[in-house]
Formats: sequence, C-alpha cells, structure tokens
Amino acid sequence: MRILSLAGRRLAASIPTLFLILIGVFLLLQLAPGDTVDAMMAQMGGGDAATARELRRFYGLDLSVPMQLANYLWRLVRLDLGFSAIYGKPVAAVILERLPPTLLLMTSALSFAFFFGLVFGVIAARGVNRWPDTLISTVGLIFYATPSFWFGLMAIVVFSIYLQWLPAGGFEDIGAVSTGIWRVLDIASHLVLPSLTLGLIFLAIYLRIMRASMLEVLNLDFVRTARAKGLDETRIITRHVLRNALLPMVTLIGLQAGTMLGGSVVVETVFSLPGLGRLAYESVVQRDLNTLLGIVFVSALLVILVNFVTDLLYARLDPRITAEG
Amino acid sequence: MNSSRFEISRRTALLTSAAIAANVVNPLRAFAQETPRKGGVFNVHYGAEQRQLNPSLQASTGVYIIGGKIQENLVDLDANGQPVGVLAESWEATPDGKTVTFKLRKGITWHDGKPFTSEDVAFTAMNMWKKILNYGSTLQLFLTAVDTPDPQTAIFRYERPMPLNLLLRALPDLGYVSAKHIYESGDIRQNPANLAPIGTGPFKFVKYERGQYIIAERNADYWRPNAPYLDRIVWKVITDRAAAAAQMEAGELHYSPFSGLTISDMARLGKDKRFIVSTKGNEGNARTNTLEFNVRRKELADVKVRRAIAHAINVPFFIENFLGDFAKLGTGPIPSTSTDFYPGANTPQYPYDKAKSAALLDEAGYKPGAGGTRFSLRLLPAPWGEDISLWATFLQQSLGEVGIAIEIVRNDGGGFLKQVYDEHAFDLATGWHQYRNDPAVSTTVWYRSGQPKGAPWTNQWGWDDAKIDKIIDDAATEVDPAKRKALYADFVREANTELPVWMPIEQIFVTVITAKARNHSNTPRWGSSSWHDLWLSA
Repeated sequence: MRILSLAGRRLAASIPTLFLILIGVFLLLQLAPGDTVDAMMAQMGGGDAATARELRRFYGLDLSVPMQLANYLWRLVRLDLGFSAIYGKPVAAVILERLPPTLLLMTSALSFAFFFGLVFGVIAARGVNRWPDTLISTVGLIFYATPSFWFGLMAIVVFSIYLQWLPAGGFEDIGAVSTGIWRVLDIASHLVLPSLTLGLIFLAIYLRIMRASMLEVLNLDFVRTARAKGLDETRIITRHVLRNALLPMVTLIGLQAGTMLGGSVVVETVFSLPGLGRLAYESVVQRDLNTLLGIVFVSALLVILVNFVTDLLYARLDPRITAEG
Repeated sequence: MNSSRFEISRRTALLTSAAIAANVVNPLRAFAQETPRKGGVFNVHYGAEQRQLNPSLQASTGVYIIGGKIQENLVDLDANGQPVGVLAESWEATPDGKTVTFKLRKGITWHDGKPFTSEDVAFTAMNMWKKILNYGSTLQLFLTAVDTPDPQTAIFRYERPMPLNLLLRALPDLGYVSAKHIYESGDIRQNPANLAPIGTGPFKFVKYERGQYIIAERNADYWRPNAPYLDRIVWKVITDRAAAAAQMEAGELHYSPFSGLTISDMARLGKDKRFIVSTKGNEGNARTNTLEFNVRRKELADVKVRRAIAHAINVPFFIENFLGDFAKLGTGPIPSTSTDFYPGANTPQYPYDKAKSAALLDEAGYKPGAGGTRFSLRLLPAPWGEDISLWATFLQQSLGEVGIAIEIVRNDGGGFLKQVYDEHAFDLATGWHQYRNDPAVSTTVWYRSGQPKGAPWTNQWGWDDAKIDKIIDDAATEVDPAKRKALYADFVREANTELPVWMPIEQIFVTVITAKARNHSNTPRWGSSSWHDLWLSA
C-alpha cells in the first residue's frame, strides 16, 4: 500500500505545521485586549480589583506570556490539552462532548450536498444550455448567494412556526427522555433543518463543479471513442464520464471538511446546536485560550484525517495516482 | 341563503368580539376564577451561559435566573418592593447599627436531607459574601463575625454602623445561603456544587448539559405549603436572539427574561395574544444608559465641555425613535423606580439645546477649527445590548453637529472592560449602570474617588471630588433612614452638577412570557426570584 506510506509521510510533515498554528493562535489571542478574567467580570456585572487579582493567580494569568506559552506547549507534548476556564473541566472532555453534533451536522450536510450536487450537476451537463440547465444553474446561484443565517431563520419560520413539522432548535428533545431508535429519530429530526441550511451553499458549489467537469470530460477523445464503439449513452456516462468527472469533487470535499468546522458557527448558533463552531466562538469571546487551542488542535487532526480518506478515495477512482506514488 | 349565512357569521363575530372586550377590560377577574394547577414544564430562554450557578458566589441575573430557584436568600422583596423574610423569619438591629440579629425559619432541610442552620449562614457570610461575592465584598467590608448562639439565630457583627435598610435591600441579591457541609473542605471556587447547586429552594438541580440545557425539578419537601406548582423548569441555551424569538413563537419556550429578544421582536410579540410583553416584575432591575467622561483628558476635565456634550444630545428624540415604550428620560444616578431614594427631577438637568452647547464650548475656549471641528474624541461603546450600539451612533452624529468629531471604537466584552476600566484608554465610554435597590450597593462606587484600577463599573474616569466623597461616606454608615435619603438627594444634586458620568436614559428590562403563566412578574425582581408560586394554566 504505497498510498498509506504517502499519507503517513504527509502526516509526519503536518506535525510541525500544527505546532506553528497553535503558537500563532496563542500569540494572536494575546493581541486581543482583555483576558479570561475580564470576560468573567463582564459576565458577573462587576467585582472588585482584589477578586480580579485572585482570579488571575488562580488561572495562571499572572505569569508572563512566554511562560504561559511554554507551559501550554509542555502540557501539549504530554497530550494534556489543559483545563477550560469557562467550563471548569478538562478541555479534552469539553471538546469530546461537542464533537458529535458537529460531526453529525457536517457529515449529513456534506453527504446531502455531495449527492444532490452530483445528481443536479449531471442533469445540468446533459441538458446544457437547455431549460434544465438554466433552471438548475439559476437555483444554484440563488442558494450560493443567500446568507446561511437567513436560510436558517426562514426554514424555522416555515417548517417550525407555520407548519410545525420540525423542531426549531436544539440537539434533542429534553422533555421526552427517549432511548434507542426513538432517540436516533429524535436527533435526526432536529438535524434536518440545520443540515439543509448548511448543505445548500455547498450544494451550489458541487453543482457548478460537477457540471463543468462533466462538460469537460464529455468532450475528451476517449468518450468519442466509446461513442464510436457504439456504447449506449447511459453506459458512457456512468462507466466513463462520471468516474473521471468525480475527481475534482473529491478534492473539494477534502478541502471543505476543514472549512465546514468554522463555517458551521452561524448554523449552530441559529439552531442552538451545541457544536464545536459555537464552542470556538464562545472561547474567543470569553478569552478561554486553552479551549480555543484545543479546538484548533482537534480540527487540524480532523482535517488531516479527512485528507487521508480523500487520498484513499482518489486511489480508488484513479489507479494512476498509486502507480505514480 | 347567502345573506342569512352572512347574518349568522356576523352575529357570531360580534358576540366573540364582545367576549374578548370583556376579558380585556377585566383580565384579573378571569384569572381569579381559576384554581392553581399543579404540574407542567416551564421552558426558559437562557441567553448567556455562566461559569458557575451558585448565587452566593456570583451576583448577576444570569446566575439568579437558575441558582435563585435552587438556593434561597435570607430576605427577598415582596410585591410592594418591601423586604420579606425567606430563610430569615425576622430581624433586628441594635441602635448603634453595629449588630444585626436574624431569626431563621425552623424545619428547613437542604436538598440532600441535612438540616439548615445558622452555621450555614455564618459560613456563607464569612467565606463567600465577604471574600468572593462581587458587590458582597464591598457591602460586608466591615463585617467582623457572625455569631451562632443557637441553630435558629445568626448575629452579624460590624466594625462600623451598617444601616439596616441598606442591608435588607442588598440581601435579596447578595444574601443567598450555601450549605456549610458542602463547601467547608477544599477550594470554594473549584467545588463541583458550583455547577450542580444544592440548596433549600423549591426546585432541585437535576442536570446541566453545557451548551444545551439545565433542568431542575420540584422539591417535594419544600417548606412553603403547596409549593411549588411546576414539575420542572428547563433552561434552554439559545445565544441567537432571532432564534429565541422563533422558538417562542413555535411554542418551545415560555419565557424570555431581561430583554433577551431584539427590540423589534419584543414589539412584534407584544401584539400577539399568546404572549405578554411588559416591564412589570423588573422594577428591581432598573438600568440607566451612561456616558462616562475620562476627565484625564484636558477638554473633558472642564465641566463646561461635559455640560456642552449633554446639551448637544436630543435624548427624547432618541428614546421615541429607537427605544419605543421600553425606556424613558433619566434624571440622574438614582432611577425613578427606586421609591426609597429617588430625589425627584429637581436637580440640574441638561435638556437638548444646540445653541447653548455651542456657546459653552466657545466659552471653554474650543472654537471651531478647519471644517467646523473643535476637537475629536474616542468613544468606546460596551457590547451588551443593541441600544448601546444605537446610542453610540446617535452620540457620534449629534456631537458632530456641534463640532466634536467622534471615533467609535468597538470591542467585545473582555476588550471593553480591559480598555476602559483597566487601561483607561478611552475619552468617552457608554454602557449600562445597573441599579441594585440601594445606591450604596451599586451606584456610589461610580463616583467615589480612590477606586483601585481594574475594577469594572467603578470610578475609573479619574474623578476626584472631596465633597461627593464625604456625602458617599456619610450615607454608607448613616443608620437613620430619613437622613440617608436626604444625603442621597445631595449626592444626586452634586453628581448632576459636576457630571463625571451622565445618566440620561432610564430603562427597565423587558419580559416576554406566555399568556398561560400565572403568578408571574409579581415582585420587583421576579426573574431572579424563586418562582415557588408560578403555575401554567391548561
């Protein structure tokens, strides 16, 4: 498996990058005025200077910046993400709690966008410059141009307030303590609107990419050869064109998995989902450095993982990649 | 055929509207016929999560809205704003004001079954109120000991006189009791009970899912007979105001406290029969919009310039067009909701007068230069609340008209406090002053000199006035209520004359609550109170 060793080497190369990113974020947050104790005072609505001094000592904020950074990196080397000042528990535990909603939201939105982007892209390419193409391209453009918070709020107004079909927010129903399959269905019903909201923008991108790459492949010589051989059109599309046209889509999904972690802040906020995006936002506002760095660390690991899977998929779709190493 | 059907429907319509009108005319009568119903879940909008939930350690509405249902205070306020005993049954102060004795209620137990005694009160007062609680450490600065001769008696001993009416008005917010047996060992700040509070209140803590919800359920052994009515309270964490309004409309929330929705959503829901939108029940949570002058800056050190700035702003216009029914013209640091201390409006005021403003600036020696600009200032608005942001823009435009150029510098919460209250890196700052029932608790620190650097919401403008300082110090230890009131009237007059801080708008927080709720908003700090009598009609 040469592809594995390729991915392994890339993984090793990303470790120094990861450290540089963490140091960068650490220093960047030092530039923001105020620390976690200031944010805490803002929340409490007042307090005296002695309390503030006491709290700074408690959180280790009375140390110099290089000392704090050194402490942090030394803990990280021992795989200790530290203690969260806002949540009062280890950062690793906080992130682990917030990871499932984000991962569920990301996978469902990405699969939704990928699947429908592919289908509509193919339909648009097949009917290029005729009405299906025009319709799909126009709708795609509207999806792409609309801000996701507006989409989310409109979805809530229509499906939760007027039709009362789907819940307006939250991750699961708190009143009814359900288990097993009922809990799965409950969580799924809470994820429909956020996934659609987050997915629509990505759908528009996939649709454009798929359409363009289909059109490109359709004009290549081997397709002409296949047609000349007398293969029927469906077979040409599925066996020859689709497989080649999918490569840019797979590249994109690998890139976007990273974007989505950050991009979901708005959707998580509108739908009150307890995800990583909202956690990251909260930790910036509350100046909770440990949590923020922990999220950067975990997100970087996730992106590396997704890229690894993408590499494997690539090899499956295009055998030349493994051959060339 | 057609016409008769029209007749019927018109008659029905008339009858229905008559019935509605009767209800509107006398809604109280309709409620009085109902008998309180047990049961039900009350869903509450929780806009900003706190780092802990114990009100003995942190005085803020964000903590009371949850912790105040689980833990109880010695004293609360009744419907008329007068102190009424909760854990304390009665109280008595010696004439010198140095000793206050509380008699505690018998037969109360903590949620874990242990009895509540004066030991708990003494422990909480000495270790939490005096040492950790914000505002509490100032209030209890001269508390030397709490004696416990028997389990039902707690005697507070002070080094300097403590006015009884100050203490009783402060204790609803700063008098929550924690259990000694839970907190006596280990670091109080790190105690797991801070996020899973144990109290004597009508509701028991069940679960806290960070970022999602907090649940408390009925305390079956609660000391008040027949209380509470609700089975459960669920606080749902919703940070987005528009999303919270949508959940209100979808029926997934019953209550959004402390102006938690946008001004336009509150106005819209106010027209919907399913909701009640009002300031009632928040009289104890009055706040004023402020304009804070950094007098270290040469121009602002001149009282003429501060007065000129105040005269340049058309406050009634701003209130009418941006804040609507939820605000009114303010008259100084003590708001009109404070029935005990409000001195009236006959203190120096600064009505809108552009000509007078320009004249004052000329007189101070700041003539318009090139382009009509006299000088420029940096304005830092606090990031809590859309009214502050609107107000900052309004100030910028109004002051531009009299030749003061304003640069607005926006920060988030931590950044704002750091720059204004620690680094003093501002010329003008604007935010809220929250009044807490007695000027000595919340207000005089805004004017008293010698505040340590870095203490938020205190005098960080470099203001130093021996006359004001003396009034503040005298009032803080004056035992006679009438003399105290007179001293605070002097204080407001001085504050409005010298104007280190201008407080031109009075606001009361707005409640949005389902029309099904009964016994709500019936005390001046209802959102923070225990909700032992709240119930939901079918």
